[in-house]
Amino acid sequence: MERIDDYSVYPDARGRFGDYGGSYVAETLIAPLAELDAAYQRLRTDRAFIAEFERDLKYYVGRPSPIYHAERLSRQVGGAQILLKREDLNHTGAHKINNTIGQALVARHMGKRRIIAETGAGQHGVATATVCARFGLDCVVYMGATDIERQKINVYRMKLLGAEVVPVTSGSKTLKDALNEAMRDWVTNVADTFYIIGTVAGPHPYPQMVRDFNAVVGREARAQMLEQYGRLPDVITACVGGGSNAIGLFHAFLNDRDVRVVGAEAAGEGIASGHHAASLAAGRPGVLHGNRTYVLCDDDGQITETHSVSAGLDYPGVGPEHAFLKDSGRADYVGVTDDEALAAFHQLARSEGILAALESSHAVAQAIKLARELPQDRLVLCNLSGRGDKDVHTIAAREGLSL
Amino acid sequence: MSRIDRRFADLASGGRTGLVPFFTAGDPSPDSVVPVMHALVEAGADLIELGVPFSDPMADGPVIQHASERALAKGVGLARVFDWVREFRTRDAATPVVLMGYMNPVEIHGAARFGAEAVAAGVDGVLLVDCPIEEIAAAGPLRDAGLTQIFLAAPTTTDARLAQVCAAARGFLYYVSFAGITGADRLSTGDVRERVAAIRRQASTPVAVGFGVRDATSAAAIGEFADAVVIGSALVERLAGAADADEAAARARAFLAPIRAALDKRT
Repeated sequence: MERIDDYSVYPDARGRFGDYGGSYVAETLIAPLAELDAAYQRLRTDRAFIAEFERDLKYYVGRPSPIYHAERLSRQVGGAQILLKREDLNHTGAHKINNTIGQALVARHMGKRRIIAETGAGQHGVATATVCARFGLDCVVYMGATDIERQKINVYRMKLLGAEVVPVTSGSKTLKDALNEAMRDWVTNVADTFYIIGTVAGPHPYPQMVRDFNAVVGREARAQMLEQYGRLPDVITACVGGGSNAIGLFHAFLNDRDVRVVGAEAAGEGIASGHHAASLAAGRPGVLHGNRTYVLCDDDGQITETHSVSAGLDYPGVGPEHAFLKDSGRADYVGVTDDEALAAFHQLARSEGILAALESSHAVAQAIKLARELPQDRLVLCNLSGRGDKDVHTIAAREGLSL
Repeated sequence: MSRIDRRFADLASGGRTGLVPFFTAGDPSPDSVVPVMHALVEAGADLIELGVPFSDPMADGPVIQHASERALAKGVGLARVFDWVREFRTRDAATPVVLMGYMNPVEIHGAARFGAEAVAAGVDGVLLVDCPIEEIAAAGPLRDAGLTQIFLAAPTTTDARLAQVCAAARGFLYYVSFAGITGADRLSTGDVRERVAAIRRQASTPVAVGFGVRDATSAAAIGEFADAVVIGSALVERLAGAADADEAAARARAFLAPIRAALDKRT
């Protein structure tokens, strides 16, 4: 692969990040995607639009989110200092709202009144239902029946916000099936419907658009690092399912070659067990959900069922920009098991009084591993992408408790 | 001249409308695939679209998705699909076979290898639902191997883009009759007629119309102006649950014969 001089210029006009990305969709969706792309490429540099977005990030979401020095955790680990970018403190409790506000504003500019979304853990569904309530838009959320069972509280939360939650019972009944179903809805109702994709996957321009709206995380973090510590972190890490919080953190740092970039994928019961969702660490290049990227599939190209304790990472593909970063060597992607994530969840809870989302707990586990290998004067910045209130039932159930 | 081109040329010179049934390879059962293909030809099929099962068929409705899931549960993979076409070819050298499916199995198998194996088995064309003309390069090795790549046009296809699609089209152009998924019930014949007329003015290939054609009546209505009529979900529905290969073949014949008759009565 050729040497990359500037990571900020991707994707190209065709939505390519090197060999990845693109628009692998049915003919029916080409025109609506082109319409969306035209609108988005105009809006992304429109000063009034940017001001509108930033106003909502500040007054509605509560940005900027702080960088918090997890001192007690760092002492326990006994290595580098662990810093947490507190996306869990955002309105609705995760980074997902950055993107849904942005896309809802795009939808409004395009005159679309009906919003659809897919959700895995329910965080993106809640974030979508929230902005639909905020902007007075109709909202339909597709969610795998298995995930509905795993995330009852978020399902109810969406309903309280006025959204209709549609259970998806096909396939593995998880995120990928919800995505398929949402695509079908969009194909059918494309004239008046805007599809808010929750991660940096899907056809162009979604990987770019979702990244741009989440990139506020890394821009803020970079400025905060310089302000609070007078330097950039030595390593940054985030969990990667589809990869929206990770790319959000990573993007502003990609041209800072001295900053090491590490993505933590869900290794489930261990990559060797076959029960995992580590598309980059254990998958291969293929085509899924409208883009070329790394996918988990068998030798016949059938997408395999994934496993992770966290619904939000339970996805057999990954955003194409991550595939690109992996191949170019700019970022490393490693697996974190369910058990490691749960241990990190408990350690963070006890040492810092923070209940992290199970997704984010994978990043915390990775930050702990990285910190352990480094001297005390080094800085490991970890994206704490969401809060764990939604997961307490799952954690209790794993520990044999019923609440 | 390819088998597809020859078939459409024969249809045109005979003044007949082509009939293109679709079903999912491996459903209702692996041993019924070849008997169903022959039964469809006996009942008047001019070209067979054989669905390659895929785990995530985004553009298909629940009928074809479930057929895919059933086939995959029976272990149907590419090698068997090619085997079935090879077996079909031992008795039928004339009827074109187009594989319809999604990109990922092609990518993972390797497009060049897929192309070589498909051609060797007697496959004539591929219709990759998630490979629009923007991504035409990805399927280059399939065309190099000698397969005809079939492209689609949809109601949402803009005029400017339609010209590009028509220029890229080989074999036939598949017009998706409405914005939606396979098997839905939204067919408006008037809109389709107008649109197909516009496409036929630009395309050098014949135009087949699919999505939403369910029976003899809707097929005959579309056959008024299309070069061929594609019928899929309704057939898949009919085949589902057949007890054995004989019953599946009998159902295929009983399903398609009246549609053939309705198309022929018109011409």
